[in-house]
Amino acid sequence: MATVTAPVKKKTNRLGLELPAYRGGKTTLCAGCGHNAISERIIDACFAMGIEPDRVVKLSGIGCSSKSPAYFLGSSHGFNAVHGRMPSVGTGALLANHKLVAVGVSGDGDTGAIGIGQFVHLMRRNLPIIYIVEDNGCYGLTKGQFSPTADVGSTLKTGVVNDLPPIDTCALAVQLGATFVARSFSGDKKQLTAILKAALGHRGTAMIDVLSPCVTFNDHEGSTKSYAYVKSHDDPLEELDFVPFFEDISIDYEPGTMREVTLHDGSRLYLRKLDHMYDPTDKMQALRVLHETHGRGEFATGLIYVEPAADDFLTTLNLVDEPLASLPESRVRPPKAVLEEIMAGLG
Amino acid sequence: MAAYDVAVEERPSASSVDPVINDFSIQIATVNGSGSQTANLVLLRAIFQMGVPVSGKNLFPSNIAGLPTWFTIRANRKGYIARKKEIDVLVAMNPETAREDVLGLPAGAMVVYDEPLDLAALRGDLVFYPVPFDTLLGKVSRDVKLRRRVRNMLYDGVLSRLLGVDLDEMEAALRRQFGGKPRVVGINREALDVGFAFADEHLDKRDPYFIEPMNANQGRILVEGNAAAAIGCMMAGVTVVAWYPITPSSSLCETLIDYLRKYRVDAETGKATFAVVQAEDEIAALGMALGGGWAGARSMTATSGPGISLMGEFAGLGYYAEVPAVVFDVQRVGPSTGLPTRTAQGDVLTTAFLSHGDTRHPMLFPCSPEECYSMSIDAFNLAERFQTPVFVLSDLDLGMNTWMSPKFEYPAKPIDRGKVIDGETLEKIGRFGRYRDVDGDGIPYRSLPGSSAPAYFCRGSGHNEWGQYSERSDDYEKNVERLSRKFETARNWMPAPMVEINRRAGIGIIAYGTSHWAVVEGRDQLLDEADLQTSYYRLRAYPFRSGLASFIERHDRVYVVEQNRDAQMASLMRLELKAELAGRLRSVLHYAGVPIDARTITDDILIQEGYRAEYSVADGPIPHEAGVGGE
Ligand SMILES: Cc1ncc(C[n+]2csc(CCOP(=O)(O)OP(=O)(O)O)c2C)c(N)n1
Ligand code: SF4
Repeated sequence: MATVTAPVKKKTNRLGLELPAYRGGKTTLCAGCGHNAISERIIDACFAMGIEPDRVVKLSGIGCSSKSPAYFLGSSHGFNAVHGRMPSVGTGALLANHKLVAVGVSGDGDTGAIGIGQFVHLMRRNLPIIYIVEDNGCYGLTKGQFSPTADVGSTLKTGVVNDLPPIDTCALAVQLGATFVARSFSGDKKQLTAILKAALGHRGTAMIDVLSPCVTFNDHEGSTKSYAYVKSHDDPLEELDFVPFFEDISIDYEPGTMREVTLHDGSRLYLRKLDHMYDPTDKMQALRVLHETHGRGEFATGLIYVEPAADDFLTTLNLVDEPLASLPESRVRPPKAVLEEIMAGLG
Repeated sequence: MAAYDVAVEERPSASSVDPVINDFSIQIATVNGSGSQTANLVLLRAIFQMGVPVSGKNLFPSNIAGLPTWFTIRANRKGYIARKKEIDVLVAMNPETAREDVLGLPAGAMVVYDEPLDLAALRGDLVFYPVPFDTLLGKVSRDVKLRRRVRNMLYDGVLSRLLGVDLDEMEAALRRQFGGKPRVVGINREALDVGFAFADEHLDKRDPYFIEPMNANQGRILVEGNAAAAIGCMMAGVTVVAWYPITPSSSLCETLIDYLRKYRVDAETGKATFAVVQAEDEIAALGMALGGGWAGARSMTATSGPGISLMGEFAGLGYYAEVPAVVFDVQRVGPSTGLPTRTAQGDVLTTAFLSHGDTRHPMLFPCSPEECYSMSIDAFNLAERFQTPVFVLSDLDLGMNTWMSPKFEYPAKPIDRGKVIDGETLEKIGRFGRYRDVDGDGIPYRSLPGSSAPAYFCRGSGHNEWGQYSERSDDYEKNVERLSRKFETARNWMPAPMVEINRRAGIGIIAYGTSHWAVVEGRDQLLDEADLQTSYYRLRAYPFRSGLASFIERHDRVYVVEQNRDAQMASLMRLELKAELAGRLRSVLHYAGVPIDARTITDDILIQEGYRAEYSVADGPIPHEAGVGGE
């Protein structure tokens, strides 16, 4: 039996900040919207990890989900971009300042439809960003049309049936080279918080698809993204325990019952075996499990795939240590001799 | 002195007509992908090195190999570098176009052609020089494998002899191009010699065209506009570059990458002070540039018309959320895919208002490599000063062709990062409001992510001066009115026009970008041929300066010369001018895909001024008393 020595709940985190320092503006989303619960988990995770709010940039596209960055981390800079194009804006921001912690929030429409191109290229670049898809199977902000993640046979409130197959953003991300892929449920506080903390400890693209019911347009019988449906079809791959790098806690377990993943920042994620042992470093297994659970009408949740040591995009660019944004003129404008050399070469 | 200058001394063989020295154009017709670019640039550079003002224009197809290409070189002792409409010397290497090329020549032109094409019978009023290129190629003894590639060098050798272009200058040009490859230089030189010897032995010079050394190119360089812009971007301190390949802009970013790798890598650490990303498309490219600009980088992208079209939504975001970025539009012929390898100035209106809603963007219009360089630096400063995307509208002619240029000056002014908030300003202004007009110039202060300055939420949705989401009418109106004020402030920060007021002139000419060079020549033609005096206003930026209206006011009629069908710049002016002044504008429009030439402008103005009924090449110069002009 594994034993976890739980840390004593503190009022302040390692920076001496209290939880409210991580809150944002008052939400304007519907009461009960899954997106609100996710915002709460982001607040919890950033607080617990002691993330400096002024190092965070919040990024989003357009949609109810994309509005939510205004409702957490109020003292961090945010950029609500255009529909489906948050990845490019996030890429630019990180190029300008590779020390930023980027938290992106998108929707299943924002990602799966208009933004699928930028999503694809974000995944293959392995940019260090947390990319959350708040997945409700519909377009909330435009009043409930199907999104590309809606399941075949799923119905709208009006009874219209969806007859196109869904895009599985997790399977796509795994295939495209994302180095951290997870799925969770807005109603699973423990699992989602653990995943978010682990994502904060990862260096590379952390793609997290969070099933997040739209209580206004897609919470009825016949929807496979309703609260009730997701809750009863959630099939966790493992049970997750997270130990941040700054806490000296050891977890004892019997061999064969648990798997340990050490993240880039030294934090550890413990994956406790449920009915069988899942290996999140095995790409083929990840894809097979996603395929099989979907075939059963269920959702495989938890850490689906991780590659903690892969080079991220910014590392491959071999940038100077200081953020490009803050380089002084003397570092970015070559001296007169350089211009003269170029001119001589063209004369 | 070069060994072969005797060609010039032997002028008597061209006895029948007066010699034409340093004032003619050469057109070389080849097949795309046949490697003619080297031969053409060597010829161009050799003439340049002889001190003769020269310009080169490549008319190439949108294809990698197999379609016809024409390269035109103009030598002009007076320094005119616009395209010349008439071709004086033709080198016909392409069987597919040879007939048409020859039929289009003016009487008296000379033709060097590949002998099997058998062109001499086509016309009796030209000077023909058949050259058996394949036979000559057989005489190039070195390196049989490489031999095929120097076929085009043979015509350079022939022209060297016929026109008097110094062979050693050609070799010097070869060395520049193939610096570290003596073998390649060697075989090319041999081909030059073979061509020269053939011409010397077999061709009896009967045409009047000669290149003679001058001393006009002191301190000048040869450079493409895109390379000049790349140098400008590097000297401007660009840090983030996101781009997607498209002709004719690709070489801007590609050249920039080369320079950055060479000059912007930290000597001690070997690490880069720049980041370049080849984006997945132009939407992402501008998104990256805006993300970078928002987070404090000097960021840019470069594209052409199709990319500009895609960038619309992001351009509006940049304008409304007030995010700096520099966007180069190296214009090509639209609409749609249009003529991807031909030149135009057709994106003026689209770019001015790119995106929905009330949106306006500052634009810069370089006319030369020197301005591609200096305006790149201006663009980064303006983008940060005004916290908005700034567009630099170059074109294919400027971007991809080789131009003579004075050497570029090292920037005199330090980099301007605009109003970025720091502790001191924060104290001065009290509470930080991202969109508050603290200084009354419409330009707010911004804070950068990752700094300890107060944060704000950047958004393209409605916001008030504190940067909060707002759908209130008063907030919206206040904000967009401030944006107008900011645009007004920008007027006097934009590069000033070049204005030449001629007190004796009743008419004025306005032009921008590459149309300038044809206007310079056209004004001289108007004077020489019809004694028509003109004033000239070369516009260099949008928003326009207030002086534009006074220029128009001084003249009865003002001709706006531009390279598009719809008089786009004139239309943009009409939006701002009083009706009476707008009524004085007329247009000279050229939209053939090739660079505008002086003859087109001169003839069009003479017709509109009533000097001529209609254009005819055969008319020749207009006698002075031919017309009284105008209404
Ligand atoms: C270019 C563009 N097209 C369409 C829209 C309208 N629109 C706004 S949000 C949205 C869909 C949002 O769906 P999703 O990303 O799933 O977010 P949700 O609202 O469900 O959280 C659409 C189509 C837009 N804002 N921009
Ligand atoms: S419409 Fe749906 S997605 Fe949008 S806020 Fe309401 S519940 Fe959430």
